[in-house]
Amino acid sequence: MASLVLTAPQEMLARTAAELVSKHGGVDRQRRLRDEGAELGYSPEVWAEMADLGWLGIPLSEEHGGLGMGMAETVLITEAMGRGLAPEPFVSAVVFAGGLLADAGSAEQRAAWLPPLIDGEKRLAPALLEAGSRYGLDRVETQARTNGDGWSLSGEKVQVVGGVGADGFLIAARTEDGDNGLTLFLVPAEANGLEVVAQGRVDSRNSAIVRLSDVHVPAGAVLGAVGGGLEPLGRAVDRATVAVCGEMLGLMTEAFERTIEYLKSRSQFGVLIGTFQALKHRAAKMFVEIELSRSAVMSAARAIDEGSDDAELQVSNAKARCSDALILVTNEALQMHGGIGMTDEHDIGLFMKRARALEFAFGDAAFHRQRFARLRGF
Amino acid sequence: MPTWPEDYGGAGLSRDEALVLHEEIARLGLPMPLTGFGYSMIGPTLLDHGTEAQRAEHLPKIARGEIRWCQGYSEPNAGSDLASLATSAVRDGDFYVINGQKIWTSGADQADWIFMLVRTNPDVKKQRGITFILVDMESPGVEVRPIRLISGASPFCETFFHNVRAPVHQVIGDVNGGWTVAKALLGHERASIGGMGRGGAGASLPGLARDYVGVDENGRIDDPAIRERVTQCEMDAMSYGLTIKRHGDGLEAGHKPGPESSMFKYYGTELNMRREELMLSIRGPQALGWEGEGFEPAELNQTRTWLRSRANSIEGGTSEIQLNIIAKRVLGLPD
Repeated sequence: MASLVLTAPQEMLARTAAELVSKHGGVDRQRRLRDEGAELGYSPEVWAEMADLGWLGIPLSEEHGGLGMGMAETVLITEAMGRGLAPEPFVSAVVFAGGLLADAGSAEQRAAWLPPLIDGEKRLAPALLEAGSRYGLDRVETQARTNGDGWSLSGEKVQVVGGVGADGFLIAARTEDGDNGLTLFLVPAEANGLEVVAQGRVDSRNSAIVRLSDVHVPAGAVLGAVGGGLEPLGRAVDRATVAVCGEMLGLMTEAFERTIEYLKSRSQFGVLIGTFQALKHRAAKMFVEIELSRSAVMSAARAIDEGSDDAELQVSNAKARCSDALILVTNEALQMHGGIGMTDEHDIGLFMKRARALEFAFGDAAFHRQRFARLRGF
Repeated sequence: MPTWPEDYGGAGLSRDEALVLHEEIARLGLPMPLTGFGYSMIGPTLLDHGTEAQRAEHLPKIARGEIRWCQGYSEPNAGSDLASLATSAVRDGDFYVINGQKIWTSGADQADWIFMLVRTNPDVKKQRGITFILVDMESPGVEVRPIRLISGASPFCETFFHNVRAPVHQVIGDVNGGWTVAKALLGHERASIGGMGRGGAGASLPGLARDYVGVDENGRIDDPAIRERVTQCEMDAMSYGLTIKRHGDGLEAGHKPGPESSMFKYYGTELNMRREELMLSIRGPQALGWEGEGFEPAELNQTRTWLRSRANSIEGGTSEIQLNIIAKRVLGLPD
């Protein structure tokens, strides 16, 4: 079992990531993008800088032109992004879509897409959710019918993260009746019959509805085997889940530290409110929850990197733990800030809003507890 | 004493090697050959704070299992507020003369020696007038009375000191510097109590639940609420175990130990108590046995271990005290 301590190069990477996020304005940037109603919801110049640093290829192997680093490194980037609420679609485009393409794509698909993805010239968005799918990867109603040499896709995907401005979509569709008929397609954004509509979400991130009306794609658009989409999709989702856990860890740590600072600076009844034991004990409990979350995330990332037998179990352990801790910390953060925390002017609300999106990404705590129980045969 | 130096009867193993030894012993379902206060508390404290003569006198005897130790910390009026302890020690030539009463002295009725905190200066800030001293329980003037607990057992005692004479060379650390030694020892105690939350040696929760609650047609624990609680407990134990590992990895990598032992004491004991409560729920009415027929030995034992576990969040510094320590020493919140 790998050591749960950062190596010197990992420490360096974490520092570089933190510097990048704060250099571009930290949380203020997220607020500005929201207020401007920025169409992309993120900053192309930051995305380009991440590409220059090689980060858009961080989890992709060197044979694909990536840096060949693991989830242990990936979560350091997402943690820094979570601390500063950086809205770049790193998890969806790089960890999820890039990883899925590298895992299941043909040589032609990888050659066509991975280099421009890693360079930041093109961006893919995984289209996972449908209105009725909740967290079930196989709860897919989008249909794919054979059409000449290729396929014809119809259906509607919702809350496609990074969907606005994406150059292509990874789409799961049902190719036959039954549970195993899930097939993945790589569909370019300019395909006829594909419509992208921006969605407004509470976290003001890039999110879109993708409507498919008899979208015709060639046979070469199939990613992996026909009917064999569920397995690579599950692997990609597990990696993306751990990356999201890194973001959650960063977000909860930052919201917590800001709250502790507030307890040390706000006075009522003539004393600092941080002297009140009612608040101290709750702060201490949050600290413990964050420490446990950090251990769970670091371990899950290393379990995936090592191909450990209990990797899925650890992923669900980390996501359930982080979901509970994140909601505890952001709700308590707002409560401890009092009335000022309810104002839009104060940043703590931005953390709370993003927290909810992360909680529901790839399954909430209850979903992952159920998955843990199933994997352990409870 | 896997990690103690060989000179003192240890095996001189590294932390990693000792961990492997512990895991292998646990895997075989065997108890550790030596446990107790000598092994887990006064031994490590002597290694940190004892003089060469003190180590040479006491450590080999602990390693050979020849003497048993008990702990004289709490007093009737010094529980959570330990530093207000009043048992006095007055210098008389080469001796300290000790008068007062200790309480919750585990195993005092069977112990050969006691390590205790005494007040050597009543005129300074309370933490600055405390001394850490070792006392032979055979000394004239020591009296022990066992206390019967709610579990029916008497693992704790009241220990009275009436003009007990202890040689000056049995002071550990500096005279009036005992609070520093005491805190270090409490760190060892918390780590040792906190270790219980990892589960491990005891009954398997899911196995117990399958036996008592039954399984549905899919082989799952046939009560969704119990199943959810079992899952939560197992997941908490996993993350807690990983946090202990991460902390150990950090020490191995040269990080300085901090006040984390309070986190382990707090979370480990709360988790263990939750586990005991859950085992009670799982066994249901069969967990109500006290003695005699109608109950399996494991069920009778369950009643007692559950009752005993209620002390976990009290002994060694209550959960509330641990949260105070985290708030002050880790988070830097003001007094």
